[in-house]
Amino acid sequence: MRLDRSGESTLNAFDVNAVEEALRVKESQEEAEVVVVSLGPARALDSLRKALAMGADRAVLVADEEAAGSDLVATSRALAKALEREQADLILFGQQSSDSDGAVLWAAVADRLRLPLISQAAELGIADGKATVKRQTEFGYDRIEAPLPAVVAVSDAINEPRYPSLKGIMGAKSKPQDAIGLTDIGLSADDVGEPGSRTEVLALGEPPARGESRKIEDDGSGAQQILDFLVEEKLL
Amino acid sequence: MPTLVFLEHHEGELQKGPLGVLARATSLEDGEVAGAILGAGAAALAEQAGSHGAAKVWVAEDPALEAPLPQPRVDVLAKVVEAGGYDTVLFAASVLAADVAAGLAARLDAGLNWDLVDLVREDGRLVGRRPALGDTVVVDVGWKGSPAIGIVRSGTFEPAETGGTPEVVEAPVELEDFSTRAAMLEQAHEEQAGPSIEDADVIVAGGRGLGGPENFALVEDLAKALGGAVAATRAVVDAGWYPYSAQVGQTGKNVAPKLYVACGISGAIQHKVGMQGSNVIVAINKDANAPIFEFSDLGVVGDLHQLLPKLTELVRARKGGQ
Repeated sequence: MRLDRSGESTLNAFDVNAVEEALRVKESQEEAEVVVVSLGPARALDSLRKALAMGADRAVLVADEEAAGSDLVATSRALAKALEREQADLILFGQQSSDSDGAVLWAAVADRLRLPLISQAAELGIADGKATVKRQTEFGYDRIEAPLPAVVAVSDAINEPRYPSLKGIMGAKSKPQDAIGLTDIGLSADDVGEPGSRTEVLALGEPPARGESRKIEDDGSGAQQILDFLVEEKLL
Repeated sequence: MPTLVFLEHHEGELQKGPLGVLARATSLEDGEVAGAILGAGAAALAEQAGSHGAAKVWVAEDPALEAPLPQPRVDVLAKVVEAGGYDTVLFAASVLAADVAAGLAARLDAGLNWDLVDLVREDGRLVGRRPALGDTVVVDVGWKGSPAIGIVRSGTFEPAETGGTPEVVEAPVELEDFSTRAAMLEQAHEEQAGPSIEDADVIVAGGRGLGGPENFALVEDLAKALGGAVAATRAVVDAGWYPYSAQVGQTGKNVAPKLYVACGISGAIQHKVGMQGSNVIVAINKDANAPIFEFSDLGVVGDLHQLLPKLTELVRARKGGQ
């Protein structure tokens, strides 16, 4: 059994931040190419086209039916193989996928690629062959530096993504869009999907319902009613 | 079935989240439960880990582990898992733990399930429970092969002091060259006005409905009167009204206090997933149709600029009169 996440045909909102940041890096460099890489069903090319419309130069999609239902271990395996072909200096990830709450993929990919990793980037600077990142944690902001090539996962607060222009949208269609298969990246069906995964969904259930909820209009006694409620719940 | 728990520490203290995971792992009674404490001051924390349920504590204080960066920790844990024969490795959710757990999963080709809100043993196999698809369903998840790696949602399990003295073992430190390339230039040392929101029993949170950053004073006053901490939604953090460290939600912290007072918060999924584990939720919002009222225990439709100062006064009066 697996959770079907293949319904997504729009570019994940968090990935838009990563695309925007890549374009800003490109604009700050003398020469750079922005490639968007994804793993998904063939129709995911539609969502990659939005990245091309924003200004990315090229799209690569590992489109293989066998890869559906891949968990973290299998997804990171395929993605790392696809990224290896690109030999990129900087690999950017969005903060999370919009349909699963996990914010973990980049660390698995960085380990497979044997590259330094910085996550939760609130600011990114690229200069002198190094990435310098202001990272958000529970304790505030760290500043971390890593030599390129490196993997950086950006937060959704890092930038305000641009909207694709009409010209960009028209131009996106003629940009290179490669749909490649597992064999192109040296993997077989056993490496991905259910056979390549190390986790499984055993059962689906309903979330536990909360108790009775009470709603009142404030007629001037609202504050007193909250106080009475807190006392009743032994919170005061 | 020996289990290893990653015990994160910050400024000389073991974090409450991983101690809670340690308590749960111990209660599953599967066999040895060990902890791993990595970084400066690790050895000094081993006793505390022992009294919270760890029979064995792996410690490493290599300089490369001083900054809270994930990759050297993956190297050490991978060796510890091998040396100790652990078939389960558990983490409490945090920025650091997520990166360490996912790196370890890739290194060991092991399954990782995250955002777990429960862990049980069913017919001899470990089963995790995880809310999914915007918390509309709870999924039972399992692992294939060994080790099973899990990240537990913060605030899920309470630490338990069981007493006991641990066996303390030096963890092998053999670092990969790429693991030490990222370097900490400046580590966060944030001054916190009140208790950290993850450890607070009472949280008063403010959202866009406050109208402006200056109105956070109303939230702070109530939090102070209740002896609690202040939290914020992503919308107001993004707008610069309040620091990120106070952010509750999908891209912030998950909290589960005894009391959560939501002020001017609509209750979007982004926020809901971070606070729905709270015991009692009180919501104040001027919009009677705000989704927050669907999952609050007491909802008050009204103007928080009137309500909050009054409530603060009433709480102060009651506490003063006791």
